[in-house]
Amino acid sequence: MDSIFLARLQFALTVSFHYIFPPLSMGLGLLLVFMEGLWLKTGDPLYRRMARFWVKIFAAVFAVGVATGIVMEFQFGTNWATYSRFVGDVFGSALAAEGIFAFFLESGFLAVVLFGWDRVSKGWHFFATVMLCLGAHLSALWIIVANSWQQTPQGHHVVMTAGGTLRAEITDFWQVVWNPSTFDRLSHTLMGAWQTGAFMVLAVSAYYLLRRRHEAFARASMKIALVVAAVASLGQLATGHSSAHGVARNQPVKLAAMEGHYAASAPGDLYLFGWVDEKKGTVTGVKIPKLLSAMVHFDPQKPIPGLSPVAPEDRPPVQWVFQAYHGMVAIGMGLIGVSLLGLLLWWRRRLFSTRWFLFLLLPTVLGPQLANQLGWFTAEWGRQPWVVQGLLRTEQGISKTVTAPEILGTIVIFVLVYLLLTLVFLHVVIEKIRSGPEEPEPVTGPREPGPGAAPEEPRPAHGAKNPTPDSNPDPESDSDPAPAGGEP
Amino acid sequence: MSLSMDLQTLWFFLVGILLTGYAVLDGFDLGVGSLHLFSKGDEERRIMLNSIGPVWDGNEVWLVTGGGALFAAFPEAYATVFSGFYLAFMLFVFALIFRAVAIEFRSKRPMLWWRRAWDAAFSVSSLLAGLLLGVALGNVALGVPLSADREFAGSFVGLLNPFALLVGVTTVVLFAMHGSLWVVMKTEGDLEKRAQGWARRLVWVFLACYLAIAVTSFFLVPALWEPYGRQPLLWALPLLTLLAASNVPREVYRGRYPRAFLSSCATIIGLLGLFGVGMYPRMVGSAPNPEHSLTIYNASSSPKTLTVMLIIAAIGMPLVLTYTITIYRIFRGKVRLTKDSY
Repeated sequence: MDSIFLARLQFALTVSFHYIFPPLSMGLGLLLVFMEGLWLKTGDPLYRRMARFWVKIFAAVFAVGVATGIVMEFQFGTNWATYSRFVGDVFGSALAAEGIFAFFLESGFLAVVLFGWDRVSKGWHFFATVMLCLGAHLSALWIIVANSWQQTPQGHHVVMTAGGTLRAEITDFWQVVWNPSTFDRLSHTLMGAWQTGAFMVLAVSAYYLLRRRHEAFARASMKIALVVAAVASLGQLATGHSSAHGVARNQPVKLAAMEGHYAASAPGDLYLFGWVDEKKGTVTGVKIPKLLSAMVHFDPQKPIPGLSPVAPEDRPPVQWVFQAYHGMVAIGMGLIGVSLLGLLLWWRRRLFSTRWFLFLLLPTVLGPQLANQLGWFTAEWGRQPWVVQGLLRTEQGISKTVTAPEILGTIVIFVLVYLLLTLVFLHVVIEKIRSGPEEPEPVTGPREPGPGAAPEEPRPAHGAKNPTPDSNPDPESDSDPAPAGGEP
Repeated sequence: MSLSMDLQTLWFFLVGILLTGYAVLDGFDLGVGSLHLFSKGDEERRIMLNSIGPVWDGNEVWLVTGGGALFAAFPEAYATVFSGFYLAFMLFVFALIFRAVAIEFRSKRPMLWWRRAWDAAFSVSSLLAGLLLGVALGNVALGVPLSADREFAGSFVGLLNPFALLVGVTTVVLFAMHGSLWVVMKTEGDLEKRAQGWARRLVWVFLACYLAIAVTSFFLVPALWEPYGRQPLLWALPLLTLLAASNVPREVYRGRYPRAFLSSCATIIGLLGLFGVGMYPRMVGSAPNPEHSLTIYNASSSPKTLTVMLIIAAIGMPLVLTYTITIYRIFRGKVRLTKDSY
């Protein structure tokens, strides 16, 4: 195995694993804003319990996201040094901006959100939650800026350095930031993240309803999440359509690979599913003739440039791109179906009692996750053989000093460490979900200490033999107060 | 050294500030980590963790942002160092992964084996992270073999030379001392007393390491001392650093721990300042071929990018300082375990 393949494999492994977590942070972050906002507005302690419960899950997600995210920042330098020398002037700025504008915001306010419940006022805590959510979204903004510049580079020029190598340098920062694909890809990514968070909350709420535990809590959570899920799922139609338009305009070879469109100049068909024969340049499957042209150009007769005139070494891996893209679209359609069905049941007042729908929501938690991954595979495979479209080929980007056995060694360690992380993460999150939200607090009058006034908590017993779990030790006790609202 | 600053010098200074901010802030929580196993019982360990609970993650962001700024402002240095020190950086990354996960997950489950395992992971990874940072710094100071196209031409084993290891050990000791002072400030009772004991011992170990580095660098890395021949006024910096470092034991023995902690912060700032002055204008020294060294001029981004980044920093850094100060203010005072704690 050569070091190019291994470096790509390591990047794919580490970035795919990492990207399980940021969309959850963004999606849960948004839902936390709504939950705490409702608590602030209504004063109903149910929403406070809801926010407190989901903040704990958020913290676990965030920790693994941070830990695996540092790997990404270092990996540009460790494994893709030549790429880093070529793009550092442009790409590095976006990464540094992410650190300054997003990470500090996120990590600082997470501390207030997690540990500040009794140290700051309600309003302050809500503000911190909003900032936390904003930080997660700003982080996405800068990463998408950096990646979109790789897809549709502009605002730069390529110059020869004194050292005799070529590199890209910024000529117009705003052109780099708002390059032709930034907006489409950002909005598409954010909707995907909101879906990820919303379907997670839906699945957990469905689990409680099926087990008849924490029902008031689950009903209220489900309503908030369903609204977000529906908005984001429908939003994916719009942002996905707009993204495809952008790809047609800016990366025609990628679009051709997404639909397996080979003919040099013919109207494009839209496949529901299919199998590409890359040698013959054909696709076998179920298609709607000319729909691709109709969707891209609003004219079914207008030709779409195909893959045939493109030299084979300049083509992306068509089969992989085709399958990833169609998988993503299929899941996206499924998620729209599930969320619309949920709205329909809610309207008919049967959302919380339709057990098959609640069962359906459980595995749906994986839908957005899978679609996120497949979407990124489409974007990244579709750009091949370029790492920066038209400027730098992927195989030119790797580190010259790092050997194949070194990369293989670290891949093995990454696989083992990430397997361990997966087990630990799932164990902690599943235990948290099983033990459920906290008991409602007995109402003893207004309880809102000012900043710095830590309440007197009984200190846990001394000694390692008797550690105090932070979770409710009795998972079977259903702790809901009288139903707070019921059906709309 | 002329006073007119060019963009490259300004960015050398700014990257230095970010990395110094990292060393001062994450320094104490890495130190708390390496002392973690010396605390006794579950409650003490939870208090240790929660003393850094609200701040450790923000502290680590200084490194992430410093790395990003290095990438943006000096891509050649970023690429050469990160790919050249491949295995060392990978080890560092694994240490940071285990550390983050250990802090977050340790107290989430009640099982004894679970907590013991994460305690060990937290402590070992904190210690390893400090050690690796020091070893990397030592090598950058000493100079590493660079080829004509400024690629690293040495080996992983070559990075483990005595001087770099001495800097590594010193970093671990310095962070542990820094961390012990933090623990004293954040705790009460038995743990506070225990941490005072750590501090009393560590100040002397650190001073010994400090002297060892001062002497060996004079012979092994004379380049670090050259600027003082050219500009005698610069002698103020090593003198102030020595003053700060020797003030730490003075304050510790008078029981004035917040002052000792501030002196320890000043010591870290001073030491990294000395390193910066000695390196300037080099980023990565090349040994044995000094003409292959990466300097702030042959490693930097274009003036346009450095200017854009300067605007980003001018907008961003006041915000960063505001959040940092706010968070430290909100969570000031002794640690109290609540149901929200780690």
